[in-house]
Amino acid sequence: MTNQALSPARPVHQVPTRHRLRLGSRILKALCWLAGLITMSSLVLIVVYVLARGIPHLKPSMFAVKYNSRNVSMLHAIINTITMTGLALMFSVPVGVMGGIYLAEYAKPGSRLVRMIRVTAETLAGIPSIVYALFGQLAFVITLKMGISILSGALTLAIMTLPLVLRQTEESLLSVPMSYREGSFGLGAGKLRTTLRIVLPPATLGILASVLLSIGRISGETAALIYTSGTATRIASLGKSGRTLSVHLYQLQQESRYTDEAFAVAVVLLLIVIIMNALSSFIAGKLSKKG
Amino acid sequence: MRGLFLASACVCVLAVFFISAFLFVNGLPFFAKYSALDFITGTEWAPLRDVFGILPMIVGSFYVTFIALLIGAPIGVFTAILLACFAPKPVVKVMKPAVALLAGIPSVVYGFFGLMVLVPLSRTLFGGTGKSVLVASVLLSIMVLPTIIQTSEAAIRAVPQSYYEGSLALGATHESSVFRAVVPAARSGIISGIVLGLGRAIGETMAIIMVAGNNPRMPGNILSGVRTLTVNVLMEMGYAADVHLESLIATGVVLFVIVMAINFLFSFITRKRIAQ
Repeated sequence: MTNQALSPARPVHQVPTRHRLRLGSRILKALCWLAGLITMSSLVLIVVYVLARGIPHLKPSMFAVKYNSRNVSMLHAIINTITMTGLALMFSVPVGVMGGIYLAEYAKPGSRLVRMIRVTAETLAGIPSIVYALFGQLAFVITLKMGISILSGALTLAIMTLPLVLRQTEESLLSVPMSYREGSFGLGAGKLRTTLRIVLPPATLGILASVLLSIGRISGETAALIYTSGTATRIASLGKSGRTLSVHLYQLQQESRYTDEAFAVAVVLLLIVIIMNALSSFIAGKLSKKG
Repeated sequence: MRGLFLASACVCVLAVFFISAFLFVNGLPFFAKYSALDFITGTEWAPLRDVFGILPMIVGSFYVTFIALLIGAPIGVFTAILLACFAPKPVVKVMKPAVALLAGIPSVVYGFFGLMVLVPLSRTLFGGTGKSVLVASVLLSIMVLPTIIQTSEAAIRAVPQSYYEGSLALGATHESSVFRAVVPAARSGIISGIVLGLGRAIGETMAIIMVAGNNPRMPGNILSGVRTLTVNVLMEMGYAADVHLESLIATGVVLFVIVMAINFLFSFITRKRIAQ
């Protein structure tokens, strides 16, 4: 751009007339609004359609403790989703947070190891869930003999959500002002104490936002779970197979007689995602105000 | 503690190592029994007769992704320009969380929506079963929007204010400054957003499996059914055994390699941008 500005002016006859320039830009601007409209209306269409078709079918019988083909209860799937989420986060949050601490506070920026960690974290985030499904089945279900179980599924999802937590932790820590650390060191605190007591607390909100997004991701994941945690319709213990909400939705839609119930499940899934997103953007808003 | 932090950070490296190791160790024996060339260039998929050609799925994956980006990329980029340069604050305040929500909607919900709305719509409009490349692409184009919008918007916002001001000072209007100075300067960021969307689209499974028909034949026009690499793995994983199962893992290996190549392209573009 700067080069262009420095280069000699174009011959006069090539300069587009002001009028044409304006018209072209106006059309482009109109296209921007059109695109925004399409984006917004796709979202509204999907959300409103699913809610409208699903909410009327959210009957109390769908929350019965025992599933059978008559009540098509989703309670077991809700509970399995909660177990799955809790278990996966139990692995990914500590590892992600500690890894983020290393990257932000301890690592020499630009060192080979740091670069490698960054690249692999990016790779993990980009691997399709169906590849995670294959890996989960080969590694946890077969090789480690955990069988098709909640545990196998949770471990698979823990790896999947790890980069999200790791990166967000690193970013949150880096946004803590240097003066905090200097002040703490000046008062004689050591590195570890400074990190855990001074730098980490102001970063917790940011980390929490990533946890909320992970919850959304885990409850929505389907492909990676069908063959790792399976499709059993029961409230599963950790070593047993049990379907989560999204797997439940996938199984229900395969039979046309369960369409209404499938919509009801989709409503619950949407609500989880909407709540998690709202909370996390609320936190993000709070953070940006503070900064 | 330092060691523990370091070890945690290295879990990512280990995870990528193990994922590749498990895929390759379990997938490569297949190529001892079946020629890799026949696998990748074969047009027939008939596991019962031990014929494993995944060319239709490779073509299918790229076909669906290409059309999805053809629709999604312009919409995404223009929406990003809107958010970064034109929309008044209240509009941005509504749209940003909306785009984030679009990213958060589970793919199985997208797929279900496609199955219940887009498939019947396509059936009425164009006849046939309605499950087609077109419907899968339209659905995917919505799904890649948030990736493209968020990356492009960040890229546009990162353009130094001086570019815009310089253009204004030369007498250009707000609009032409945006389109002739700011957006071109953000070009590589926008392209990397589209590449990221490409990776997302090619790895998508659940939404496609519900709306694409999934017949393992070479896809024809955009109203024909299609099976992608991802769908191929998911559909048959439940009952495959022996060579068949190995062929699915090998399919996963091919998908993995494609996605890695796209990621590499992405980080290449990003690095070039930073070097600039």
